[in-house]
Amino acid sequence: MSVSSARTVPGPPAARARRARLGRLVGRTVSLALTLLGLMALTFLMGRLLPADPVLAVTGFEVDRATYQRVYLELGLDRPVWEQFLSYVGGIFQGDLGRSTTTGQPVAVDLLRVFPATFELALTAAIVGSLLGIPLGIVAAVNRDRMIDHIARIIGLAGYSIPIFWMGLMALLVFYAKLRWVGASGRVDVFYEGLVPSRTGLLLVDSAIAGDWAVFRSAFAHLILPASILGYYSTAYISRMARSFMLEQLGQEYIVAARAKGLPRNAVVWRHAFKNIRVQLLTVVALVFAGLLDGTVLVETVFGWPGVGQYLTRGLQYNDMNVVMGTVLVIGLLFLAMNTLSDWLYRRLDPRTR
Amino acid sequence: MSGMAGPGSDSLERPQGLRAWLDAEEPTSLRQARAQRAWRGWQAFLGHRLGVVGLVLVVGLVLVALFAPWLATYDPLIQVMDERLQPPSAAHWLGTDHLGRDIYSRIVWGARTTLRIAVLVAVIVAPIGLAIGATAGYLGGIADEVLMRVTDIFLAFPGLILALGFAAALGPGINNAIIAIALTAWPPIARLARAEALTIRSSDYIAAVRLQGASRTRLIARHVVPMCLPSVVVRVTLNMAGVILTAAGLGFLGLGAQPPWPEWGAMVAVGRQFMFDSPWVVAAPGIAIAVISLAFNLFGDALRDMLDPRSA
Repeated sequence: MSVSSARTVPGPPAARARRARLGRLVGRTVSLALTLLGLMALTFLMGRLLPADPVLAVTGFEVDRATYQRVYLELGLDRPVWEQFLSYVGGIFQGDLGRSTTTGQPVAVDLLRVFPATFELALTAAIVGSLLGIPLGIVAAVNRDRMIDHIARIIGLAGYSIPIFWMGLMALLVFYAKLRWVGASGRVDVFYEGLVPSRTGLLLVDSAIAGDWAVFRSAFAHLILPASILGYYSTAYISRMARSFMLEQLGQEYIVAARAKGLPRNAVVWRHAFKNIRVQLLTVVALVFAGLLDGTVLVETVFGWPGVGQYLTRGLQYNDMNVVMGTVLVIGLLFLAMNTLSDWLYRRLDPRTR
Repeated sequence: MSGMAGPGSDSLERPQGLRAWLDAEEPTSLRQARAQRAWRGWQAFLGHRLGVVGLVLVVGLVLVALFAPWLATYDPLIQVMDERLQPPSAAHWLGTDHLGRDIYSRIVWGARTTLRIAVLVAVIVAPIGLAIGATAGYLGGIADEVLMRVTDIFLAFPGLILALGFAAALGPGINNAIIAIALTAWPPIARLARAEALTIRSSDYIAAVRLQGASRTRLIARHVVPMCLPSVVVRVTLNMAGVILTAAGLGFLGLGAQPPWPEWGAMVAVGRQFMFDSPWVVAAPGIAIAVISLAFNLFGDALRDMLDPRSA
């Protein structure tokens, strides 16, 4: 798309450039729209086409003929597939993801309710991962093949090899059962639940606003372990990427020139090389959210964290296909949004892409 | 019959032995050249100590899976209620679970499940990724646009989430889990194969074959695909750790192999409720998963370093 519109167009250079940019924008919008449609097609495939019998997936196996017939018609299974897909897509655009058979609520309403918990967890994890991972990766690159580099490599390898749910269980065993440092499952101790008014949905922020420090402490004790586990996995990824970006910069001639001028090594690394990898790192942090969304499903199950992941696994347990389809779609949309955002940031912030 | 120039036929003018044949300055046949390349690759690989450790562990997994009936000390399914939740001992090396089953034997048999998932996913994913990627890269144009758009859609979901969705739709069971994982694992392979095919399509020998009148299908299948194969194999190996972790995650969520059949992820899930009093129930299978994915990571990293020195 973008290639064809960049072909020579008559007119002054400024207008040509503007038209080319508009063409690229249209191209990107079209491909984004196609990807969106594709996402919906995949979840539609999951919910309506793949199950041996979509009606039984809704009603359960013990169902009389009349109910079966009613649900069959309600699902629109008598209509052609493309018509079913269109009404599915139409429903999504009106915020209709179907109704959960276990909670009795619309899936969209449920998801809005559980989302803040996941957001709080993932955000904390991303912050932990960036604050640890970026410096670790850079220091490892600067001290290549020395002790710190080996430590960074081991942290990375462990993050890529140890199942996250198992690490969560082991952490519970040590920090909850043995040491009693942290809270068990949930976001806060039961007797603190619902004490502070929900403003942001982030319990830490809400309890701080309300000035209820007992709730704050309890919420922190519950958040710290799952967030650290998730954050560890982000650290592993981010430090690996930061290391390879930094190594690439350190091999460049301008670094040698700066060092030859007599600049101290730290100044070269942090004032010159780091400036050049900032944008790349930003896109990595955005991509980390994909891993976090994956990990959060397992971590929430382990820690009983009432977020999107636990909602999804409950849906799986009770074969609640609307919940599964809706949650998978929303996670896909979030991921797509993060990717689009990071692409956009990259183009905006990195002058080399202009 | 240039291929006949094996160790025997050179023996008059050269030092004898396979080693000399492999180290010869100038290969005299295609077969010798290929053998020499493999030999040099192997020697370079031996230089990667961690990669060798990884390979040894992977081979170990295969051996354990093959010889499970002889390595296991008990029937993995047999329940002895009198001996439930026993700590590790001489009789039960890794203890017993809540149904009195021997955990060591279940881990040994679980290696079969893991190996089966790894092999089947690789066998499904590599051809699909190759076919789609090579076709898209070679043909270009509309075909490329359409195929890559589809690939991007699959890539637009985090891997485990998509596998979860498909596994849920297909229903629990090991084969459905394998299909679900394969559905999420082919897109990176296709992207890689496409990138390789793009560089191959403009080379002279492809033009020569095309001028000889070869059909597109033949060109792709006989000339493009074989050139993409090595990097695809490396990539599949590298991704295998991820596949094993995804499989373990599905098993942990109850979507993989069904009880009572031993699967490491499911063993962790079942052991959860007894974890605080009997940690060995959860510890052992988790370590097994970690060791095998670590092995694939080490092995894959070494392969990549060998073939692409830039990323080292």
